[in-house]
Amino acid sequence: MRYAETGYNLEIDLATGNVERVETDPRLTELHLGGLGTNAKMIWDRVPADVKPFDAENLLIFSSGLLCGTPAPGANRTIVSAYSPQTELFGYSMMGGFWAPELKYAGYDKVVLRNKSPNLVYIWINNDKVEIRDASHLKGKGAVETAELIKKEINDPGAQVAAIGLAGENRVFMASIEQGRSSASRLGLGAVMGDKGVKAIAVRGTKDVNLAKPAEFVKLCEEVLDYIKLREENPVPGVMPILAGLGSPQEMKHIDEKWHTENFMWGNSRVRRKDFWTKEIAEKWKDVQLNVRTRLISCYNCPMKCGAIISVPGISTYMMKCFSKLTYAMAAFVDDLDFGFRIAQRATEYGVDGFSVPQAMAFGFELREEGILGEEYFEGCPSDNEGKFYWMLDRLVRREGIGDILADGTYWASKKIGNGAEKFAHNNIKKHEQLPLKLGMLNPVYYLMYATGEKINITQIEGQFPQSPFPTMEEREAFIKDWIQCPDDKFKKYLLDWELRGEFANPTYPTPEIASDIVDWQEMIHYFDDALGICAGLSSFPLKPPYHIHNFPKIISAGTGMELDEEGLKEIYKRNRNLVRSLNVRRGMRRADEVPPEDHWKKRFPELEQKLLDTYYEMKGWDNDGIPKKESLERLGLDYVAEDFEKRGIIKNG
Amino acid sequence: MAKVKKKIKTIKIDLDKCNGCRACEAICSAFHATPKYSSNNPARSRIRMIRDPLRDVYVPVYAGEYTAAECMGRDKYIIDGKEYDECGFCRASCPSRDAFKEPDSGLPLKCDMCEDDPPLDKPLCVKWCLNDALIYEEREEEVEEDIKAEDVQIGLESMVDKYGMEKVMDTIVRMSQKD
Repeated sequence: MRYAETGYNLEIDLATGNVERVETDPRLTELHLGGLGTNAKMIWDRVPADVKPFDAENLLIFSSGLLCGTPAPGANRTIVSAYSPQTELFGYSMMGGFWAPELKYAGYDKVVLRNKSPNLVYIWINNDKVEIRDASHLKGKGAVETAELIKKEINDPGAQVAAIGLAGENRVFMASIEQGRSSASRLGLGAVMGDKGVKAIAVRGTKDVNLAKPAEFVKLCEEVLDYIKLREENPVPGVMPILAGLGSPQEMKHIDEKWHTENFMWGNSRVRRKDFWTKEIAEKWKDVQLNVRTRLISCYNCPMKCGAIISVPGISTYMMKCFSKLTYAMAAFVDDLDFGFRIAQRATEYGVDGFSVPQAMAFGFELREEGILGEEYFEGCPSDNEGKFYWMLDRLVRREGIGDILADGTYWASKKIGNGAEKFAHNNIKKHEQLPLKLGMLNPVYYLMYATGEKINITQIEGQFPQSPFPTMEEREAFIKDWIQCPDDKFKKYLLDWELRGEFANPTYPTPEIASDIVDWQEMIHYFDDALGICAGLSSFPLKPPYHIHNFPKIISAGTGMELDEEGLKEIYKRNRNLVRSLNVRRGMRRADEVPPEDHWKKRFPELEQKLLDTYYEMKGWDNDGIPKKESLERLGLDYVAEDFEKRGIIKNG
Repeated sequence: MAKVKKKIKTIKIDLDKCNGCRACEAICSAFHATPKYSSNNPARSRIRMIRDPLRDVYVPVYAGEYTAAECMGRDKYIIDGKEYDECGFCRASCPSRDAFKEPDSGLPLKCDMCEDDPPLDKPLCVKWCLNDALIYEEREEEVEEDIKAEDVQIGLESMVDKYGMEKVMDTIVRMSQKD
């Protein structure tokens, strides 16, 4: 018997309609755990390096994490992978909700989609019965609307549906996949789903997920719950409220938005409004949020309440998580939070990334103001800020006129527009929009995360180490006293030494060696989450989370029956990290691509930045171009990657 | 019939506190697996989230008595402006829905308040609900002594209801001949 996982994938050929239940090799779980790890392995093995994101050969994989469907709190993430249309690199985006555990209960670890359907279809997985059904009546329907219609059609309110909206159908590079109260938004995987002709995947399961050492496993889960309670009662002192507790950014719970609205950039990531959060705004925004928020809600088997049901009068109800209540309003310079909730509803039904799309729209209007885009592109566009953004959003998801250009994201749009537009696409890393943050002094840890992160999105990688030093030694000592998550005592010293000013402050401290150590720890936890399906909100994202390097090996061992200690688990992390990097290296990514936006920090230090990358690459066992070295790959059992690199001349023999 | 003192165990439900995570379903099905905790499958759970997020309907219900027939009702109720179907409050395992039935056999399930040896201080669904939507209560009451029907009898009765006495008898005879 297989434990924690089902041991079967569902393979669907959309061109022929062939559906197969395929037994998987348990050795792959030992090497990669599951989720992101085995997705990356499958794409390495089966998708040639030169396949374009919209080629039929691009696989679109929906994977549950290894622990999804077990009682492990917060194990509910679906990891979606394919080559991304926007970055043209390996794309992996994740969503919480209820879909991944349901897939496990239906008897599968992954759904693998290959080729393309000639007509729009949806897939209905009901335990062993799998149907590809016509979805022509769902064409153009909203993502949330689609899920509701499908549940009615199959007459099963317990089914979980992952769906795309109009944006995915139209291959908008920033299209998301929506599900439950969550979405896989980054890197345009909704566009790949639309390209394959799949409107939605509905799943319902009533089978068992087995555990190897049941009593031990549940005891460990109860320890996690106990620690969540302890952290609820003891927020971390001396840090911002959003960093003091657990969970994903609790934007539905928190109403005080002084920090976001005054520190993040408005418009096309241009302007900071230092005095925005007045008493009047605070009161008005509080009223708006409390009026539209029906209930704070969770994903499967998680006590945190990071999302909410949002009911704005006059428009259909939807579920919101995270930050999109602010992104549209801030990009459009609209000071009314009501607009944020209203436009986010339309955007959720269209199925778009709430980080990238507002940026792309603000970029379009900036080009108009600069005269780079002529008025002919904006015929019929309203003049008020709210109306302008609704108008543009409608065009963008339909790929009409200027919307067709902006639908590819700011990087590709600027290439198409030319005439100096590139300068205005100033907030990208590896062709992908980043959070609208423009900061003062370079922060070495964040520099490395921005530059080298394979997810091409730093959010949620940070979390194990505080974002800034504590002012007094007493606070530092208090922080490290119960820092049970720390993998090594050296991190406690780093924290004690870290000062606000002087030699032991940014940018010279943390030193490149120490910064690399810290980033390595943060990445490690994130790679575990992505393989196990654990939400970052209980693990890699907050300070002092309930999951960490000391309990993960025990939980995985009790769940799967694999003998695993901390060293063994760290090896798996390194293997997955190197395999994901190798996928991108095989597609041409090099050191020259690992560049945060030029204006991300006001104060830059080119020599230090080079040193940071040199040190980080060396620590990872990569060459000076960011390519994993042959001996590093072989040490991790990735000989086949080394051989491939040699054949392609990416690394030289001997 | 003789009167006896009996400990009445109940789970009070605070709908407003429910975040809809279904942790109660997860741990219930694990607890009732054989061996204990060895598998997880909310479809086997004796507590069920009746859930319709877009209408803000979040009702955890734990399984009560098996009933052979559907009710006559199915009324709708409006409470605090929200519409609920009568089924959303009913604790019975009945022919008209899948809730509270073993998914493989269709046999009815009933909440046993996590009876264990040694006893737990509260049912596990309550323990796992960190949002306090489920509140465990005990009280002593004088009640008439009742004879508890065995699980096997409840199961067989439901089979008889579904397939008829003759077919169940035939099957049992056939099974005993196989041995």
